[in-house]
Parts: sequence; C-alpha cells; structure tokens
Amino acid sequence: MAEENILFHHAIRLGDDALILGQRLSEWGGHAPMLELDLAFANIALDLLGQGTLFLGLAGEIEGEGRDADALAFHRDVLDFRNCLLVEQPNGDFAQTIARQFLFSNWQELLMGEIAAAPEPRLAAIGQKAVKEIAYHARFASEWVVRLGDGTDESRARMIAGLDWMWRFVDELFDAKDGTPSLRGEWDARIARTLREAGLEQPKPRRGVLGGRVGHHSEHLGHLLCAMQFLPRTYPGAVW
Amino acid sequence: MTLRQAQGEDGAEREPKHLILSLSKDEIEQRVLEILRRIPDPEIPCVSVVDLGIVRAVREDAVVVTPTYTGCPATVAIARDIRKALDDAGFAAMRIETVLSPPWTTDWISDEGREKLHGWGIAPPPKGAARHSLHEEPAQCPRCGSMHTDEISRFGSTPCKALHRCLDCSEPFDRFKCH
Repeated sequence: MAEENILFHHAIRLGDDALILGQRLSEWGGHAPMLELDLAFANIALDLLGQGTLFLGLAGEIEGEGRDADALAFHRDVLDFRNCLLVEQPNGDFAQTIARQFLFSNWQELLMGEIAAAPEPRLAAIGQKAVKEIAYHARFASEWVVRLGDGTDESRARMIAGLDWMWRFVDELFDAKDGTPSLRGEWDARIARTLREAGLEQPKPRRGVLGGRVGHHSEHLGHLLCAMQFLPRTYPGAVW
Repeated sequence: MTLRQAQGEDGAEREPKHLILSLSKDEIEQRVLEILRRIPDPEIPCVSVVDLGIVRAVREDAVVVTPTYTGCPATVAIARDIRKALDDAGFAAMRIETVLSPPWTTDWISDEGREKLHGWGIAPPPKGAARHSLHEEPAQCPRCGSMHTDEISRFGSTPCKALHRCLDCSEPFDRFKCH
C-alpha cells in the first residue's frame, strides 16, 4: 500500500507538470509572433496534454477509486495540484516563455529518460513515449535561446530578463525531498552549453522558491485552473 | 437472410453472423486485417492505419493499436473508426486494446505506406532513420525530387509532420518527422 501511495503521488506530480504547462502554452494559440511559432507551441502543448493524460490516467488506475484523467484534471482544487512552480508561471513575453520551456524541457527530457527505464512497466511505457516527444521540445527551446540571446540588443535583453525571472524556480526541480537531485549535474551542463552558445551568462543565483510539490502554489495557478476547469465544473458530465 | 439484411446503412456488404461464427482463427485474423487495411488515417487519409504501423497485432479476440504521439487527437478518431468498421463487418465482440510500449516509431510505416505518402505530397521518413530523430539531412521534395530543400518549421499541421520548402520548384511541402 505504501508503495502504491508513492507511485500514485509520483504519477500525479508528473501528470500535473505536463498538464499545467500544456494549458499554459495553449494560451499562445493565435498570439505567437509568427505562424510557425503558433504551430510549435500548439504542438508542444498537445504533446504535454497527452503525457499529462497518460500520467493522470495511471494515477487514477493506481488509486482505484474510479477517478480517470479527466476527473483528476478538472475536479481537483488548486491546493491538490502537485506541479512544480515553474510550469504555472505566466507566459510573459516570448522570451520568458522560451526561458521556461528551455529550463523545463531539458529537465523533463532527462527525467523521462530515467523513467523510461523504471521497474514499474506502466510508468516506463509512458516515459519511453514521452522522451521522444520532449527531445523536440528541448531542441526547439534551446535553439530559440541561442537565436534571441545572440540576436539584437532587444532580443538579448528580453532573453536575459526571461531567464532571470524563471531561474528562481529551478531549485524546486532538484529538491532533495520531492525533486530529482541526481539529474542536476547533467542538467547544469546542458544549460551551460546552450547559454555559452547564446553568449549569455548563467543568471545570478537566487534563493529558490519551493512549494508546488506540497500544493503551495503561486496565485497564477488558480487563475489558470479557472479557465481550464470552468466548463466541466459548470456543466458536469458535458460531452462533445 | 435477405441481401438487405446483409448490408450496412451505407449499403456495404455485411457478413451474416453465422458465417463469421464458422470462421477459423486464422480466417478471422485475415478478415479483420483486410478490414483494417481499408480504414484511412483521419488526418492523412492516403494511408491506412495498417500502413502507418498503428495496428500492432490482430488476434482472434482483439485488435491491438498504439498511438503515434501521446496527444494526437487522431488516436480517438482512429479507435472510433476501427470500432465502427468491426461492428459493421459483424465483429462486434472484438475488443480494441491500446499498448504504449514499445513506443510507435516511423520505422513501422510500411513500404507501401511510404509510397502512398510520397504520392500524396508528403516526404516520407527515411527507413530506419527513427533513432536519429532530430535529423539534419535535407528532405527530398515530393514534387520535383530535388534534395535542395529547407526546413520552414519543425512543427507542422499535425504532430507527425514538419513543414519544408523546395528551393528549386519553390513548393512548400510536409515532411513526415522521423520519430
């Protein structure tokens, strides 16, 4: 039972990370600077929503109380979400969104690589699928960090500001208690490589903000859930 | 059984039930595979769900399918289309099972499927190229055959495609992503 409980919470964390970032990225639909970027964000969001659905579906299966992925996505309140704070941050400008994606996808790719080899076969199966998709996300975001960082004065300044804003949420990913401390070294090396290519310096260290993994979220998540959960809560059982 | 009873709403021939019951295991699997070969992918209708490698196995009691991308909306439509085709053909008892592992790869697209994609104007993924999915090699223009092409956007109109253009004939085209 204890082991099942650990697995349930693990799947909830993974599912919430993907679901919330997928929802956030969807906000760019129709607003991105170029049509190709609209497509890119929509595609990445779609992958993340798919991964979120699988992880939350697995969590519901483990729990065994009849909750499916939709029930977990639409009928939990903000304090019950276990996503990291990074993914719920507002999109800001394009550079801030890229900064968030760059930090997250590089971490998620390493994490899913590890999960793909997990002893739990259902978890591993999702990891094997997800890691292939995330490779595209990480590469997309890294290329844009270079393009903006090594671009005009304006794009460079915005890229620096975006990274600086998001950097405070990095420590939570590697927190000793609820994070993945063993991935820090490889992640740091990846990030440093891209920043070097972009001619950017690593943001100054800040005190990391924690709390997402125990349900202490920024106010932004509540607003995101309002948009995401409004329809199924107002019209329970509504179907297309 | 009259001819009318043996037809679906669309007039397609439907197998009388007693005939299906008398089929052997191999015959059932063969029939079902034939049915599946006629089901087009909802987003790329030039290829069937079998061509794309979405159908992983056909058993006496179940059709085993796998999604291409985790969030691909076509997955739902495909399950629905397979269900309807099986029901219409009298295989209502046959289940549809979804498996995730091993994960779908473009290496499972059949040779016939690759040809059909090419004919449809979509550059197919090179065979066996899935393991280096973020490839750098230029795509071949499906219209004029030129290798002088350029990537416009790595994310295209569906999760499985990227947008390219030909620098010789100037036509934009989709490329099936190696995956």
